[in-house]
Amino acid sequence: MTRYVIGRLGGVVVILLAVCLFTYLIFFKLSPDPAVMICGKTCTPERIDSIRDVLGLNQPILTQFWEFLQGIFAGRDYGSVHCSAPCLGYSFQTNESVWSMITARLPVSITVAVGAAVLWLLAGVIGGLISAIKQGTWWDRTAMALALGGVSVPNYVLALVLQFVLVVKLQVLPFPSAPAFADNPLLWFESYIMPWTVLAVGYACLYARLTRANVIDTLQENYFRTARAKGLSRSLVLRRHALRPALTPITTIFGMDFAGLLGGALITETVFGLNGIGKMAADSIAKNDQPVIMAVTLLAAFFVVIGNVVVDLVYTTLDPRVRVTSS
Amino acid sequence: MTADLFVVEDLTVTLPTGRGPVDVVKNVSFTVGRDDTLGIVGESGSGKSMTALAVLGLLPRGAETSGSIRLEGKELLGRSERELQSIRGNAISMVFQDPLSSLNPYYTVGLQIEEMYRAHRGGSRRDARKVAIEALERVHIPDAGRRIDHYPHQFSGGQRQRIMIAMALCCSPSLLIADEPTTALDVTVQAQILELMAELQSTTGTGMIFITHDLAVISSIAKRVLVMCAGDPVEYGTAEQVFSDPHHDYTRTLLDAVPRIDDEVAS
Repeated sequence: MTRYVIGRLGGVVVILLAVCLFTYLIFFKLSPDPAVMICGKTCTPERIDSIRDVLGLNQPILTQFWEFLQGIFAGRDYGSVHCSAPCLGYSFQTNESVWSMITARLPVSITVAVGAAVLWLLAGVIGGLISAIKQGTWWDRTAMALALGGVSVPNYVLALVLQFVLVVKLQVLPFPSAPAFADNPLLWFESYIMPWTVLAVGYACLYARLTRANVIDTLQENYFRTARAKGLSRSLVLRRHALRPALTPITTIFGMDFAGLLGGALITETVFGLNGIGKMAADSIAKNDQPVIMAVTLLAAFFVVIGNVVVDLVYTTLDPRVRVTSS
Repeated sequence: MTADLFVVEDLTVTLPTGRGPVDVVKNVSFTVGRDDTLGIVGESGSGKSMTALAVLGLLPRGAETSGSIRLEGKELLGRSERELQSIRGNAISMVFQDPLSSLNPYYTVGLQIEEMYRAHRGGSRRDARKVAIEALERVHIPDAGRRIDHYPHQFSGGQRQRIMIAMALCCSPSLLIADEPTTALDVTVQAQILELMAELQSTTGTGMIFITHDLAVISSIAKRVLVMCAGDPVEYGTAEQVFSDPHHDYTRTLLDAVPRIDDEVAS
């Protein structure tokens, strides 16, 4: 088991380095000259040269990449300015340290992701479970029709409709402003409930359909029939012999979805004006702010890769058949 | 009176299908006594398994049953789900065909035996564990005290079926229904399992219904035989009588279909 974990973590490092290299090449080599962008409108050739010099743009690309990596782990110097580790450079637009931009916005994205995940897991799994048990009834058909509809509604449409109805027309919720929980718990909840709902709807519908399909499959399993033939109570049969086998594959999908969201919910954060990683990504792309784009991409890749490993490790504890072959 | 343990009379099972209701079991009657084994033979789809599932009330949704099923004089048809739960696994136990898929891969075999024992007898986990270890020892699983914490995929096919049998017998049922218990196993393991079942029956006195399509297996274990074809009971009698002097064409066809190594020796 320990060897397995070490092997997986080694793989993570390799993947992250590869992602680093690719994003670096794409954003720093294929996009407009950063020096020209930083220099702005009142620019002279001499200034461009000195900016190039400070950013190290005159050096070979691999040297530049090496310095970028060094910056992340050991810090680096831009001319007279020292950027301490982990250094992801400075925004071309605001000159702010990219690392501090991330640490300031990450809590918002995490709050959005966690809240949405709780909602969609509860709604999706419970809805799918009831549908499976009441297969073919009006509840099942209604729930699955709603789920199909829910999956089909784009996030931004739902977000705008909710804001228009709840904030503008009915005025039951304030406009989302991402306050700290400690300052005003009620306002915090009221601010986040719409983004949570908007993000959760699509996932909940998907999870409801998945849960339903998995549970129905499990109800056909021979071991489910054995459990009934053993005379166990209905609730024990369902809980132990249907739910656990049916939900185990869902943890895999959940891990990946959740990890993906930690890297920022681009559309939802932008529509609600929440200052998270997703909105930062959207803004930086619009303004071609390369260090920020680069950092956001790396962060998303980091979460997805780590999420993948966590899911695999959790899976080995959930499914004994995997556990034994992996050790 | 050996025939008093279990009585089935005029059992008919009707399943709803896209083209209207179909009788998959038609007017089947038989009895099983204590320490007695009834073999039910027939090809796939002849209604053997449906008969067994009807006894335990485990038929697919929408199925209808009529007739009478009595265990020790008490009618089982028309009982509530809760009453049936207390009978399943307790008074009537069942062993299924494929032991790997019939055991839940997510739980240790110990837990799967313990949960059944506790569902019917209650008591602490500790006591149930003791019973489970004894049950595994009874079916000759070596090192039962350690193996009880293993998962089904860590056992061989024959051992898995032994575990299923151990589980089925842990509450000392008066009737055991074995639905093709040896079909998924290779021939040597098959022989061991049959031997084990005969051995356990002689010590517990459990009545047994043995369902199979394999006539060789039936002839070695059953005292009486019911032959089924397309839901109809076509022949019912002692094993000797059915095998040596079959009355029905279908039984004769079945018997002729068996390649017999002892043909020349017997004749």
